[in-house]
Amino acid sequence: MPSPKKFKKFRDVMDEIKKSGAAIYLDPAGAEDLVVLSKYEINYIHSYAEDSKFFLGLTNGKLLGSVCKKCKRKYGTPRGHCMECGSATDWLELPLVGKVHSWTTCYFGSEEFLKETPFNLAVVEFEGIDTLFLSRLKGVKQQDIYTGMKVRANFREDPKFLVSDVYFTPEGMVEN
Amino acid sequence: MATWIDDYAGMKNQSKRNVYVVSGGVTKFAKAHPSMDFRLMVKKAFDYAMKDCPKLRLKDIDSSRISYFSDHFARQLKAASMVQDYLGLNPKDSRRIEWGGATGGQCIQAGWETVASGRSDLCLVAGFETMSRVETWKGNEFIALASDTNFDYPVGGFYTGYYALMVQRHIYEFMRKTRFAKIKDEKKAQDLAIKEAMRIMALVSVKNHTNALHNPYSQYPMKLTVEDVLKSEMISYPLNRPCICTMSDGAAVMFLASEDVAYNYTKNPVLISGVGCGTDTMRLSDRPHGEVMLLPWEKKRDYKGLRYPGVHSFRAGRQAALEAYSHAGIKKDPKKELSFIELHDAYASSEIQTYEDLGLCKYGEGYDFVEAGHPFLKNIDYGLDLQTSGTVPVNPSGGLIACGHPVGATGIMQGVFAFWQLQNSIKKHFGNSKLQIKNPKRGLIHSHAGTGSSVTVTILEAAS
Repeated sequence: MPSPKKFKKFRDVMDEIKKSGAAIYLDPAGAEDLVVLSKYEINYIHSYAEDSKFFLGLTNGKLLGSVCKKCKRKYGTPRGHCMECGSATDWLELPLVGKVHSWTTCYFGSEEFLKETPFNLAVVEFEGIDTLFLSRLKGVKQQDIYTGMKVRANFREDPKFLVSDVYFTPEGMVEN
Repeated sequence: MATWIDDYAGMKNQSKRNVYVVSGGVTKFAKAHPSMDFRLMVKKAFDYAMKDCPKLRLKDIDSSRISYFSDHFARQLKAASMVQDYLGLNPKDSRRIEWGGATGGQCIQAGWETVASGRSDLCLVAGFETMSRVETWKGNEFIALASDTNFDYPVGGFYTGYYALMVQRHIYEFMRKTRFAKIKDEKKAQDLAIKEAMRIMALVSVKNHTNALHNPYSQYPMKLTVEDVLKSEMISYPLNRPCICTMSDGAAVMFLASEDVAYNYTKNPVLISGVGCGTDTMRLSDRPHGEVMLLPWEKKRDYKGLRYPGVHSFRAGRQAALEAYSHAGIKKDPKKELSFIELHDAYASSEIQTYEDLGLCKYGEGYDFVEAGHPFLKNIDYGLDLQTSGTVPVNPSGGLIACGHPVGATGIMQGVFAFWQLQNSIKKHFGNSKLQIKNPKRGLIHSHAGTGSSVTVTILEAAS
């Protein structure tokens, strides 16, 4: 079997291993490092468990938060138990209109979302709710977003059972 | 919420025994080290530290605490056991420490606890990360898996995005409402505030990259101007490339010893005089909007109308500082009590937010603190016109932004640099004394993880 191809640039090594599976890096110290492609794939069996109702809610056009049974703290992102007093929470239907509490536009992202860039993220605040909700903000460009902007929840018509089944758009922009 | 340090952590965490740093070593941080696997990287840093302290013998080491952040990067479970094995430390006490971005800082504190409790006299603290094993954007995905995978990851899964969200609110609270308070047009005021904050974040980037020019261990030493930073590629608005740390391969080690044995190894050990640790919610959306946790010299009226920590400040950092200051006996302005700080500047924004958490200035004064020149080094030419310089140099090494951030090694790297500063041995280890702080008495290191979910603060003092 022929020896793997040799390269002085590590970038070339990375390209080669994607083609042939192996390459040799001639490092500046004079050693030859054998570099191989090592693949790793997993399917997880993921239960949303106590958060399940939230994800099912998204498929019915509902945004669910939670409210503490004891201290009545209201959560904009649901949690099964209250972080202040430890009591169990009840589900709470959140308003579909809120305000941008903070925001950004991402021009890069993780590999999984790189193809979706640029995209906007916003943490949304709701009237009378104590905590926030992180979501995508669509239908608006970086130069037009501001803190305090009124936004409305929209739901994917083909839900993927992911938190991204809900996203926000500027209020009054989409017929909803 | 606790207010006064004396009432707070109090004497609770006073150690039974004093713990000293007696030696340290760091590999040069690099984008990739294809000629070394994680074991060899740690071994190189380990050998450096052993050589620097010739009285240290392998047989004297009672235990090890070994840190790396991600099993995904390592793709080798029980990698810490393999380090223990490679260094020849079997069959002694060892364990792995993992705490996200603060893995290294937490590992130092785990070593401190082991020695302070009397369980060990000499403990090796070692950390590494091998992030070059995947491509950059895959690496970002691995890092983002350290956010809530039900609610946060699927929305964007990008840590720079999370920190951009947090600094945008910081800008709104502390720039829009101050320097631009008089502008009525909301959108215009916010745009101006963001531009102004970007200019000040660029100063932090210039500072850290310039400092690194004199640090041979750093990955990205660079002479930069504010204009260079501002015209760089935008990653997540308003954070552009030179305001963000990068992924690295690297390792770092420290040896911690009890008072009984420390002076057997070196004439000038460095005392760990304070440890602190704080936590907050994993999801930034869950952060409370309550009252500031006050430091002893702060007053409630300083923060009228401020809802804290919200997404703009790091309560975990404030808590860690409160505990560490209490332990080290720091009861007034830490700017004057500390000779230098190495803090977790994964982003130029979080360096500014951290000044405030550590109480170097009040909440909201972080931007002024940079502009005034407080965190710069006196004897370095930054090409900037600064009012004052070097009240308390922050990240004299270049920090994460310029040194790189091989997660499991990073906090320990800060510890080693702080140790060398306090031993007055920067010249010996860096080959030049440009970054040596003059007669440093006390230094602070700060390690930070998640969306500000986990923070350690450790205070080191030159032995008197």
